[in-house]
Amino acid sequence: MNIVVCVKHVPDATANRTFRASDNTVDRAGVDGLLSELDEYAVEEALKIAEAGDGEVTVLTMGPEPATDAIRKSLQMGAHKGVHVSDDAIHGSDAIATSLVLAAALKRLEYDLVLCGMASTDGVMGLVPAMLAERLGIPALTYAVEVSIDGDRVTVRRDSDTAVETVVAPLPAVVSVTDQINEPRYPSFKGIMAAKKKPVETWTLADLDVDASQVGLDAAGTAVTSYQARPPRSSGTVISDEGDGGVQLVDFLAAQKFV
Amino acid sequence: MPVDRLLPSDEAYDLLALVRDIAAEQLAPRAAADEAAERFPRDAFRLLGQAGLLALPYPEEYGGGAQPYEVYLQMLEEIAAAWMSIGVGVSVHALATYAIASYGSEDQRAQLLPAVLGGEQLGAYCLSEAQAGSDVASMTTKAVRDGDAYVINGVKAWISHGGHADFYLLFARTAADRSKGISAFHVPAGTAGMSFGAPERKMGLTASTTTQVVFEDARVPVAYRLGDEGDGMRVALSALDSGRLGIAACATGLAQAALDVAVLYATQREQFGQRIGDFQGLQFLLADMAAATEAARATYLYAARLRDAGRRFSRQASIAKLVCTDAAMRVTTDAVQVLGGYGYTREFPVERYLREAKVTQIFEGTNQIQRMVIGRDLLRSVSG
Ligand SMILES: Cc1cc2nc3c(=O)[nH]c(=O)nc-3n(C[C@H](O)[C@H](O)[C@H](O)COP(=O)(O)OP(=O)(O)OC[C@H]3O[C@@H](n4cnc5c(N)ncnc54)[C@H](O)[C@@H]3O)c2cc1C
Repeated sequence: MNIVVCVKHVPDATANRTFRASDNTVDRAGVDGLLSELDEYAVEEALKIAEAGDGEVTVLTMGPEPATDAIRKSLQMGAHKGVHVSDDAIHGSDAIATSLVLAAALKRLEYDLVLCGMASTDGVMGLVPAMLAERLGIPALTYAVEVSIDGDRVTVRRDSDTAVETVVAPLPAVVSVTDQINEPRYPSFKGIMAAKKKPVETWTLADLDVDASQVGLDAAGTAVTSYQARPPRSSGTVISDEGDGGVQLVDFLAAQKFV
Repeated sequence: MPVDRLLPSDEAYDLLALVRDIAAEQLAPRAAADEAAERFPRDAFRLLGQAGLLALPYPEEYGGGAQPYEVYLQMLEEIAAAWMSIGVGVSVHALATYAIASYGSEDQRAQLLPAVLGGEQLGAYCLSEAQAGSDVASMTTKAVRDGDAYVINGVKAWISHGGHADFYLLFARTAADRSKGISAFHVPAGTAGMSFGAPERKMGLTASTTTQVVFEDARVPVAYRLGDEGDGMRVALSALDSGRLGIAACATGLAQAALDVAVLYATQREQFGQRIGDFQGLQFLLADMAAATEAARATYLYAARLRDAGRRFSRQASIAKLVCTDAAMRVTTDAVQVLGGYGYTREFPVERYLREAKVTQIFEGTNQIQRMVIGRDLLRSVSG
């Protein structure tokens, strides 16, 4: 079984993230990047499925040169090989263009199952999995909290506020997984050493027959027009209890529309 | 901010990043609670073993990582910065492991090392006795040969991991000669005749259990002796050379942790209408703490690089142990000072760091003993 996991290299969410003043795109230079935490769940799920049967896990990423770190981390966790789509023209691409490029790359790979995280930790739109499935003409099963493979069918569980859904689809399919699905493993030192010898291919748009005019900032259907730094955290409200502390607390919560 | 390290390879950078993730996510968050509850974190050692961190400095043929001590010790420093009891525990485990790796027969290594390096088997190091502390050669625990086994009688004191370890590296007397009459044994937990005293009630490192280990007619197969009869002192001392570097790295991590808390606090606490970090008097305190911490790191790394190059490093190991643990004592004390009254409470970790620092000046050879080793080595280098 061939599993492809789409992963994204994102700016560290715990660092001070910002935009580039020149074109209002995410500033990737000033902040350390890493494998999007939400994608770690997809890598883990792929490894579990591969380990249970006889599977091979390929990680696919699109992004500038440092994005290869996201592939390396996945390989250290245990994935078998990597594909990195890197091209200057991709800079500033939106979700539509991202799905176009990833779909073009997937058409050159063998896959029975495509796994994605439920969203990236920088853009947080969560649209790419469904778009990708549409472009590939295969089913999309999103926000899975449980995935099982039975022959050529995939079954997932989705938990919503009002219902628990069981969704079944024939393979191949795209499945996006939430952070409830598993506990991603840490790489091990052996994994770190083994990853150095695993194959990683780098493809350009030309390799994928994708026209540069379809991607990048100019082709994007959305644009960031302005942005503001988050206001500094205020010092909060201290309530000292002089007999009416409870009432004050409830008033505060009511004012904030919590109760 | 993570410590900016110079490392010898790409994989070492990835390794240190992994260690920082594990330390921040799995160790640091539970350190204070487990220390307060005096709970021995056996599972944490398993996790480190699974990640391959207990295997780093050993040969690949036994499942080791073949990494230089320079890298292993910086890994240890990061772990100790997150949770000192685990750092010390890894160092103690390494003492017990080192003896098997360096003095075990081919059979013993092949049989014992994989589980030991993988963290499934946690080690303890039984050298000290109540009456034989700095003067270890005065030990009285006896091992008397009886057929294909030794019969062990005596009481070991201060044994880290007592009652929790899966195997005990034991030093016992096989002959009367003060130092040539001592032999080393691998004693599996559960050996009949071995029992443990109540945990010592300590000032710090309270999650790291310390007990007496009592041997009453305990039989240990001859096949579990490490090295020849009489090699014990040599095994103990060479393990200690490497162990001292481990404690030096742990102490440096502890100092770094205290410095980090102090610097952050100095940017947040205001008095007289400004951040206390903006007072020169306080800045100088922080600067001295940083100087001591970074000097400590440089000192243990120099000794580690000598070791990695196959050079003699005994004196530098003792110097590192002395310099790093004295630095930890001073830096943790000053960190309490920077936090003022808050630093003296258990709401902040620095009073615990101070209590943890103190023992590093005592175990693995007190700092007086380190000076003795250094002094003797200096004189020997002149008079031969
Ligand atoms: C938390 C903890 C964990 C430990 N873990 C282990 C362990 O896992 N395995 C193990 O074998 N041991 C362990 N020890 C024991 C430790 O190694 C000894 O405590 C240490 O070697 C000192 O021995 P002592 O306590 O008997 O002190 P003593 O030797 O009695 O020393 C008392 C004082 O006299 C000084 N002194 C002694 N001799 C001289 C001299 N010649 N010149 C100048 N000053 C001298 C010492 O520096 C010290 O200040 C542990 C101890 C502690 C506290």
